[in-house]
Amino acid sequence: MAGKTLYDKLWDSHVVRQEEDGTTLIYIDRHLVHEVTSPQAFEGLRLAGRSLWRPAANLATPDHNVPTTEREKGIVDPVSRIQVETLDHNCVDFGITEFGMDDPRQGIVHVIGPEQGATLPGMTVVCGDSHTSTHGAFAALAMGIGTSEVEHVLATQCLIQKKAKNMRVTVDGALSAGVTAKDVILAIIEKIGTAGGTGHTIEFAGSAIRGLTMEGRMTLCNMAIEAGARAGLVAVDEQTIEYVRGRPYSPAESHLPQAEAYWRGLKSDADASFDSEVLLRAEDIRPQVSWGTSPEMVVSIDDAVPDPQQESDPVKREGMINALNYMGLEAGMAITDIQLDKIFIGSCTNSRIEDIRAAAAIVRGHKVAGTISQAMVVPGSGLVKKQAEEEGLDTVFIDAGFEWRDPGCSMCLAMNADRLEEGERCASTSNRNFEGRQGRGGRTHLVSPVLAAAAAIAGHFIDPNRLEN
Amino acid sequence: MEKFTMVEAIVAPLDRPNVDTDAIIPKQFLKSIKRSGFGPNLFDEWRYLDVGEPGQDNSKRPLNEDFVLNQPRYQGARILLARENFGCGSSREHAPWALEDFGIKVIIAPSFADIFYNNCFKNGILPIVLNEKTVDDLFTAVEQNPGYKLIVNLPDQVITTPDATTINFDVDSFRKHSLLQGLDDIGLTLQHVNDIRAYEQRSCKLTPWLFKDMQCK
Repeated sequence: MAGKTLYDKLWDSHVVRQEEDGTTLIYIDRHLVHEVTSPQAFEGLRLAGRSLWRPAANLATPDHNVPTTEREKGIVDPVSRIQVETLDHNCVDFGITEFGMDDPRQGIVHVIGPEQGATLPGMTVVCGDSHTSTHGAFAALAMGIGTSEVEHVLATQCLIQKKAKNMRVTVDGALSAGVTAKDVILAIIEKIGTAGGTGHTIEFAGSAIRGLTMEGRMTLCNMAIEAGARAGLVAVDEQTIEYVRGRPYSPAESHLPQAEAYWRGLKSDADASFDSEVLLRAEDIRPQVSWGTSPEMVVSIDDAVPDPQQESDPVKREGMINALNYMGLEAGMAITDIQLDKIFIGSCTNSRIEDIRAAAAIVRGHKVAGTISQAMVVPGSGLVKKQAEEEGLDTVFIDAGFEWRDPGCSMCLAMNADRLEEGERCASTSNRNFEGRQGRGGRTHLVSPVLAAAAAIAGHFIDPNRLEN
Repeated sequence: MEKFTMVEAIVAPLDRPNVDTDAIIPKQFLKSIKRSGFGPNLFDEWRYLDVGEPGQDNSKRPLNEDFVLNQPRYQGARILLARENFGCGSSREHAPWALEDFGIKVIIAPSFADIFYNNCFKNGILPIVLNEKTVDDLFTAVEQNPGYKLIVNLPDQVITTPDATTINFDVDSFRKHSLLQGLDDIGLTLQHVNDIRAYEQRSCKLTPWLFKDMQCK
């Protein structure tokens, strides 16, 4: 019999019961909650007179609507304020631990889960947010769910699912200098398409993936959903175990030997088989820049904006024409000629301490170009912000002309006051370049923190290696 | 949830791939703490010429006459014909809430994003996957025949076109059953309380660090 994949192992260890047609009740170890996708779920519980199955399995924080500046004044937008207050009330009423807006541990839900050790290897982790795939970096089966499923998990600690297929994306070799986890995942999405992983759980493997830090692996798994996969995974190694040790929600000392032994088994067996396999060479991956309105519309920094007339598929060609139109770009234009208006460094993809360090290393000693109307850094959590300030990185950014903000989702989706205006063009370290994502009419180019920082200084996209000279 | 059986309705064609849930319902409307009332803001940025904000009187806003759902021939559409990877992006269930509130009961596409597909069933919407050729043919037929209607029969899993051609479709048996009966998933799962408790006791021994809040026997 063939061996098991990591996904098979995680799935099998969480089956509560299975019906003949494959419909399965799976147990959920950790449920992360934020203010946008939960109010209707709590309301549903109230209407049905249901209580929480297991309050301690939940952890909540507001992130989408919170202001990233002058937080002491509260939330100005009354609709946003009600949503955040509703989360506060629901957490009190149902006995859920919440890191509220003024808690130093508050932050983006996908940053604080791992930071607190609330995400651990071998867990099932869900949240009413598609970027829950982030937590797969810890060999946790982590996926985004809708609000009906949020209510289902609150009431039963389970989900009704059918097992997905297994896909493995292997990236072997050594990444070149200046090429980050963000470039790797953008290159993967470009290769397999935004529906390439639909119906699959993707395991990321290969020497280049093993060479990524835990934060890099989080960036990678974060965007598995942009490749269509509800969950992405990376096997446990010593780095994983080192990272989770000693965090507030991590196992007690007494459980640690048992836990670590268990975690070390969280990898695919050598003879496991996958339904599909994709291979990339690390050496082929250059810094990536998205040019269109879908995360698969990506080229490398040295390339030009592609020409729709070269595309043979009529539906795709039409999509490219629409995208270029929306983005205000001409086919054939060099990526490095694209002038920018705003810079956003943040989001659940790229707002952790290593992202901020990498951007600061580029920015140090430079000034933001005069043509850039706003450049901001939004740390992923209060603790990331504090760490960066202890390292003096806030000063590096502020001296260069960046704004140094409080933690939240911010301009990744512009639910708070941080947004693009009609026609503005942004180099963004976030995950989605959809029409209107960062504000109606706003134009988003997805890049790594390194490229965003370099673009802030040059005013246009530039290979950071050239900037140094 | 309302029971789903048969739908006979006008088909509206949305001819673009990778329609994301940000497009289906933009973020500013996600601030609502209610489950209803999203229909008027369905496809807000494509449907209206001005910038939509929560709390507006949408009946007074300038319409984008070119957008498919604003065209007179597609008024009353309850079936949406779409392209590949429909519903990609954010997990927001506000997307099916908006479609349902607008009146859409069936979406036909060559493929759907997983989370959106799943969310549809929880809200009485039937997402149907057909192969690309069949979807292409439907786009052509809808375009050429004003008032084009389809009959979608869920119990028999068959679509009937105006010229009486039939197209069979697949649907997961559990989801079909839930949709036909209008069942509440939570109620179903709570019939298995003993299985859940038994699972917790088993796992408590294997991974005790995940059950610090519980009494393991």
